[in-house]
Amino acid sequence: MWTVRNLVNQIDTLFSGGADAPGHYQSLTRNIIITMLVVTILPLTVMGVLNHFQYGRHLRGELITPLASSAGKAKHSFELFFEERLSTVRFIANAYEYEDLLDDHTLNRLLRVLKTELGGFVDLAIINADGDMVNYAGPYNLKGKSYTSQRSFQEVLIKGSYISTVFMGHRKIPHLVVAVQRYSDEETNWIIRATIDTDRFYKLLGTIGLSPQSDAFLVNSDNILQTHSTYYGKTLEPCRLDIPTGSQNTLITEATDAKGRQLLLACSGFGNADYTLVIATPRSVVMRSWYALKSDALLVYAVSLLIIIFMVIKMAGALVKRIKESDERREIALTELQHTQKLSSIGRLAAGVAHEINNPLAIINEKAGLMEDLVAAGEDFSQKERFSQLTAHIITSVSRCKTITHRLLGFARKLDTVMEPLHINHILKETFGFLEREALYRQIEVRLSLDPNLPTISSDRGQLQQVFLNLLTNAFAAVEDGGVVSLTSAPGPEEGLLVTVKDNGCGMSEEVSKRIFDPFFSTKKENGTGLGLSISYGIIHKLGGSITLATQPGEGTQFTVTLPQNPPTDTQGSPEP
Amino acid sequence: MTTHILLIDDEQEFVTTLAERLDMRGFSTATAADGESGLAMIRETTWDVVILDLLMPGMSGLETLRHIREITPGLPVILLTGHGSTREGMEGMQLGAVDYLMKPLAIEELLEKLKEAVNP
Repeated sequence: MWTVRNLVNQIDTLFSGGADAPGHYQSLTRNIIITMLVVTILPLTVMGVLNHFQYGRHLRGELITPLASSAGKAKHSFELFFEERLSTVRFIANAYEYEDLLDDHTLNRLLRVLKTELGGFVDLAIINADGDMVNYAGPYNLKGKSYTSQRSFQEVLIKGSYISTVFMGHRKIPHLVVAVQRYSDEETNWIIRATIDTDRFYKLLGTIGLSPQSDAFLVNSDNILQTHSTYYGKTLEPCRLDIPTGSQNTLITEATDAKGRQLLLACSGFGNADYTLVIATPRSVVMRSWYALKSDALLVYAVSLLIIIFMVIKMAGALVKRIKESDERREIALTELQHTQKLSSIGRLAAGVAHEINNPLAIINEKAGLMEDLVAAGEDFSQKERFSQLTAHIITSVSRCKTITHRLLGFARKLDTVMEPLHINHILKETFGFLEREALYRQIEVRLSLDPNLPTISSDRGQLQQVFLNLLTNAFAAVEDGGVVSLTSAPGPEEGLLVTVKDNGCGMSEEVSKRIFDPFFSTKKENGTGLGLSISYGIIHKLGGSITLATQPGEGTQFTVTLPQNPPTDTQGSPEP
Repeated sequence: MTTHILLIDDEQEFVTTLAERLDMRGFSTATAADGESGLAMIRETTWDVVILDLLMPGMSGLETLRHIREITPGLPVILLTGHGSTREGMEGMQLGAVDYLMKPLAIEELLEKLKEAVNP
């Protein structure tokens, strides 16, 4: 469980695009990667495995058939060989009378003919019904020996003919015996018996045409080798492989030899003798092409897997990056909207309050004015001067209040916009004109950098003046005497233009810069209403532009205003509340 | 000769005080608390100038102005607005008002406008 969690965490850190990415995007990336990997790799793997087994089974059949066919053919050759020997002996038994064959000369002649015509014959013997060898032609003097106890004698009495398994003869050469029983006219039986060496076996086995790692040999039903085997023992030794004998059909089985080699065995039992032909081939030889195919397929699978993983990770990364960017854009738009809504609701509230206060303010103004008039017109009294001073103060204070209430009302309703074609540089020069005296007085260096090739834009002259006056006033307030304020105009995005107001003054903290466009937020203590920048913000947005700032505490502030060439269509002021 | 001024405003404390101040300056003033009574007084008597508040309950300032224009097209009207919007002021100007002033008033400004209205 822990390792899985660690692995997941590692995937997260690998593909989340850095430590600062929020967990949401990390898990999103992870989920996309896992889902995409599962839906691509799982079908590929399932298909691969299914194909592997299906094709493997098919190919095995294709490869095993030739082996079985070789074994079948070889078996038939052997059967034919035995049948031929047996027929020959049977022919002699039928062609000659018992008495004829008792003649040494005849028997020797027969043996000689057999040796030259057929080959492999070692001796010929005639055995009477009592099991005594009555005549013999061959290299040994076996005449007179009794064969009653020999298996070949008993078998031939029962079956009429017999082909023995291989045994070591007197000459220490492996050979076998073919015997046929014959009844003479006097209803007495006798047997003719021929010994054959096994040289021909190797010729027959050689015709199969096996690969060097393969082996072909004969065993009997007791799993005793009847021929030499290259790998599994010598003649008459027990075979070191477990051979399934007894079936006359060709049987394909698998086995493992003492060296651990995986073998395919093709076994085919003979119908006329107790022999089973065995072809042992290492699996690797038969299945070589299958293994080659398998390793090729595995390579293709591994490469596809790597490509899939690489692409999935790349794509998931790109996808999540897109999502993240669009989320961020939405976030910004939402903040903007909230800000606008905040401005508008605060504006309405402020307008309501200002309107309610404005009327009593007018009354106070008139009452104080009347008091002033009365004092001025009346006779002198001791406190007359003081009195007129006080009323004058009241009137001044009312005037200050009026400024505030009118600004509030202006902020809420905004003056109706009057669109006209104008040159921004004219407006900037005009606006700067208001502050020229202050600049001179405070020795503030104002750097004007106005692009003379700017297009004419359609906008509201008065409102733009208000905005730039506000920005310039703020800049002047921010710098020390002798500071620098730069005013720049330049082409902006989408055929619009760009105005920057930059100062090298005190700058502001991030905290302050975040709230700088909020209504009633002021850094000027008693001297500011906290409305200037929020009004400017509202005006510029209404005119279809934007206003942003860049600031560093102690290094200064730069406000950037963009304006479109043509304002949006819905700039005609909001309806009266 | 005395200048006769009619002040139409629903805010009694304001309008009476202003009337008194103007009286002290040699004008002859009368007040009306709403548009209807103001129009009635215009029909009855001849006035030199009307000072009209735009924001009133009942008949609005602009509505009253339209009626004044119908009754006595040449009568100079100075508008008072209680709020920062210039739109109604501008609309009033288009209807033939001499000028518009924002409350609270500076008396000197009003006197200036009165002078302009009487002697164009």
